[in-house]
Amino acid sequence: MMQVQAIVLGNDWVNRRYKHMSVYAPQVAGLCQAGQFFHIRCSDDVTPLLRRPMSIYRYEPERGEVHFLYHVKGQGTQWLAARKPGDAVDLFGPLGRGFWIRPGWRRILVLARGVGLATLAPVARMAQEQGIGTIAVLSARTAEDVLSKDEMERFGARVMVVLDEDGTSEVAAVERLVREVVERERVDALFTCGSRRLTRLLQRVARDTGLPGQVALEENMGCGLGMCFCCVRPFWRGGERVNLRVCADGPVFDLSEVLEA
Amino acid sequence: MSGIDMTVELGGLRLKNPVMPASGTFAEELTHVLDISRFGAVVTKSVTPEARLGNPGPRVAETAAGMINAVGIQSKGADAFLAHTVPFYRRFDVPLIASISAETADQFAALAAKLSVDGVAALEVNISCPNLEDDGRSFAMDPGQTARVLEKIRRVTDLPLFAKLTPNTGDIVAVALAAEQAGADAVVIANTILAMAIDVETRRPKVGNGMGGLSGPAIKPIIVRMVYQAARRLRVPIIGCGGICSAEDAIEYMLAGATAVQVGTYTFLQPAGMLDILAGMEAYALRHGVTRIRDLVGAVEWPTRREQVSTNSSDRLGGGGGIMACGV
Repeated sequence: MMQVQAIVLGNDWVNRRYKHMSVYAPQVAGLCQAGQFFHIRCSDDVTPLLRRPMSIYRYEPERGEVHFLYHVKGQGTQWLAARKPGDAVDLFGPLGRGFWIRPGWRRILVLARGVGLATLAPVARMAQEQGIGTIAVLSARTAEDVLSKDEMERFGARVMVVLDEDGTSEVAAVERLVREVVERERVDALFTCGSRRLTRLLQRVARDTGLPGQVALEENMGCGLGMCFCCVRPFWRGGERVNLRVCADGPVFDLSEVLEA
Repeated sequence: MSGIDMTVELGGLRLKNPVMPASGTFAEELTHVLDISRFGAVVTKSVTPEARLGNPGPRVAETAAGMINAVGIQSKGADAFLAHTVPFYRRFDVPLIASISAETADQFAALAAKLSVDGVAALEVNISCPNLEDDGRSFAMDPGQTARVLEKIRRVTDLPLFAKLTPNTGDIVAVALAAEQAGADAVVIANTILAMAIDVETRRPKVGNGMGGLSGPAIKPIIVRMVYQAARRLRVPIIGCGGICSAEDAIEYMLAGATAVQVGTYTFLQPAGMLDILAGMEAYALRHGVTRIRDLVGAVEWPTRREQVSTNSSDRLGGGGGIMACGV
């Protein structure tokens, strides 16, 4: 990981709440892995003070590009939203432990909602690079809120969309869908991020089917590097309850270890 | 090399420069980002006698120009510290200051004795944490408790002792004097300021512990004042700690009376920021014709009475008359 002054290439709205920012950062673009994040300075001053952790949406090493998809919500992301092409943005990363693929897997299922859709987009790329197929179930409020669909399809994922507006995203319905897909398509592993109820749903499916799973977690962070222990959450590991750092021990964890999803 | 003499002395410990990280804001991970051998010293996260889980989350909340943390000293315990942390830092040419924390005075003394090993250059005694023998108040909120714990530690170790004081006391000078008289070789002023933030949407405190410690640039003027007040009375050196984000901030602490400084929250914003601060301090010294950085310690200058009178009158009356300067 390293600290770089990335140059903004584009920073455009993809819907009412999310922006897609691409930056030129050739020093770090080749280091990225799906599931990792950058700690981004979102201020010219001391308020807001802390960097913001932001997962990698896309990385293009050959073009020196890193992309982020972010929800414009508070002071920090509003500052970021105001950056224009040519502006510099201070990135520190890539940080944390990303998703992993086991040899012998042939097909994975990803289930995501909200900002988790951005985090899981590069999983399809990672899977395709290793000859593994991806089935993606993307959940959103409305059709307009569905993110990452094109990105996942670009890397060969088969995408299914479930929405609040037509009732298809209701937990029981999604669980039925996921169980059907897992059984029919002989899925080897489950991936999720960004929603507590979907994480719990996938934990149930993993437990009943014996499939391995991974989840990328989000937490407010201080340093992003593992020093401050501010982003700690409880996990079940090695037969005991332990506090692990989301930034340095994750952000991707084994689905079965997550206690407070 | 600038030729500036950056060395300072802290209770018999000679440092190549006055800049070190604050406890809890530094760990082995930073060695992947920068050369920590360039620091004056390294200070570990507080180690406790046994492993501790720390507080429930959320543990951090951002505030205006600051942050509140409620980590609650998550620690791997003294055995893991001796087995891993001390050997890890041996490879770097920098003194290792072990921050220690315990719940009773006897536990503090036992821990200090246990950690007085080759490879540990000094002990930073974190008496800003709760004292179970005093209904959970911090030792350093009270001069008597401060003296009691430091006397016990002093008896069991020959290492330099740095007492890390809390700003959450009514009389920082009395506590600092008590630490000095009980055998502290330096005092660290200070730790975080007890604080609270509430999410008005959920009506819940923003950190899981309810209250936490405020750090960052928001607290700097308060701690600079405490350093200044203590420096006028103490014989032992002071390590200033609170909101340092630039070379100028570090110099300000030295002018107030600090011999060395600790950088904490700023490392979260700028992982390599301590090295920038060091370089900036040398540049400041060059610019001001300072050849030894230690000459800045306590070098704050006060205007003469004549200057004060003339400044006051010109400020208030636009340079007109002297009536206001007479105290009207």
